[in-house]
Amino acid sequence: MEDNKMAKGIYKKTFMAPLGKDNPVFVQILGICSTLAVTNRLDNTLVMSLGVIFTLALSSFTISIMRSWIPSRIRMMVETLVIATFVIIVDITLKAFYPEMWKSLGPYVGLIITNCIVMGRIEAFALQNKPSVSLVDGIASGIGYAYVLLIIAFVRELMGTGTLFGFTILGDWWTSWAIMIMPPGGFFMLAIFIWIAKEAFMKEATS
Amino acid sequence: MSDMLFPLAVFFAAAFTNNILLTNYLGMCSFLSVSKEIETSAGLGIAVTFVMAVTTALNWVVYHLVLLPFGLEYLRFIVFIIVIAAFVQLIEMVIERYSEGLYFALGIFLPLITVNCAILGASLFMVIREYSFMTTFFFGIGSGLGWFLAIMAMAGIRQKLKTAKVPAGLEGPGIALIIAGFMAMAFMGFSGMIAIG
Repeated sequence: MEDNKMAKGIYKKTFMAPLGKDNPVFVQILGICSTLAVTNRLDNTLVMSLGVIFTLALSSFTISIMRSWIPSRIRMMVETLVIATFVIIVDITLKAFYPEMWKSLGPYVGLIITNCIVMGRIEAFALQNKPSVSLVDGIASGIGYAYVLLIIAFVRELMGTGTLFGFTILGDWWTSWAIMIMPPGGFFMLAIFIWIAKEAFMKEATS
Repeated sequence: MSDMLFPLAVFFAAAFTNNILLTNYLGMCSFLSVSKEIETSAGLGIAVTFVMAVTTALNWVVYHLVLLPFGLEYLRFIVFIIVIAAFVQLIEMVIERYSEGLYFALGIFLPLITVNCAILGASLFMVIREYSFMTTFFFGIGSGLGWFLAIMAMAGIRQKLKTAKVPAGLEGPGIALIIAGFMAMAFMGFSGMIAIG
């Protein structure tokens, strides 16, 4: 009974940490490349996030199953190959069903392979924990990444073009801030997000 | 534009207007973590430039002579990353054997490079934009130099920043991102010089 409760606690803790105080994007500053590159439009961001959650969850799970058989000298190579396999699945699925989306995401789907979040979670978590907990950690880290991206993309698309998911929200009176959908806007938005998040969490820690 | 000049135009575009770091956001992780010191930034910058120039050219050869004829394009992610990892490993062994000085200067950066997304990104861009071999070669060098320029400039600014007062929540990566934003705006100014997609 007590053991059961403990085990449940681990799942909950594993799930909650990446959403707040261990967030991969604004606390650990991982996976910034894609965070900035795809957030100029909400639909791009959503697809990219789903791709990352899928890759992260399944590669954490797979590596965790194999963890006692991987020789430590070549473990980076094994991890990369496992990640690349799942990224290829995402890539060909997108290409087959959403060719338009696949085109506009360009190289960034492939770059999930070198996204430090995936490698980072595998190295830091999946290599030491059992498959089920690793799967939860993968999904949670993916969600922690996804919601930050979606918030940033929401602001950037709304201010940059006055639209959300391509639908016009702000009327003709709105003058689009072109800078928001261009590269500098991405840098500024992420910096502001990190600032706000840090202030919020610092207050929490001191009070 | 004439065919002769196209690779050169790509070279300048890759280094300035389409800077791989500031407009495509590639290689941000090491950019943010390493740019605290000028010397280490220079070491990493040189290593990235060299590896990027060689691996994009190598990957062009592999993609066009092996993957395309056999209809294996979908394997390109795996193949590219293996080529990059193998090349980095090889270079590490060669300089360890022949040049101790260089090994101590660059050695620690080489493992970091395999997971630097700028390197893989350059290879993927080369495929998407359908560059010829010559263009790819110049694109690789240009992108590497652009990355080198950006990280050096950032390291210089961050050194000055050590004495500046920054709001507590913005210290570290926050302020670095804001600087990167301004640098991106400055680099956009180059786009008047050259217009290329």
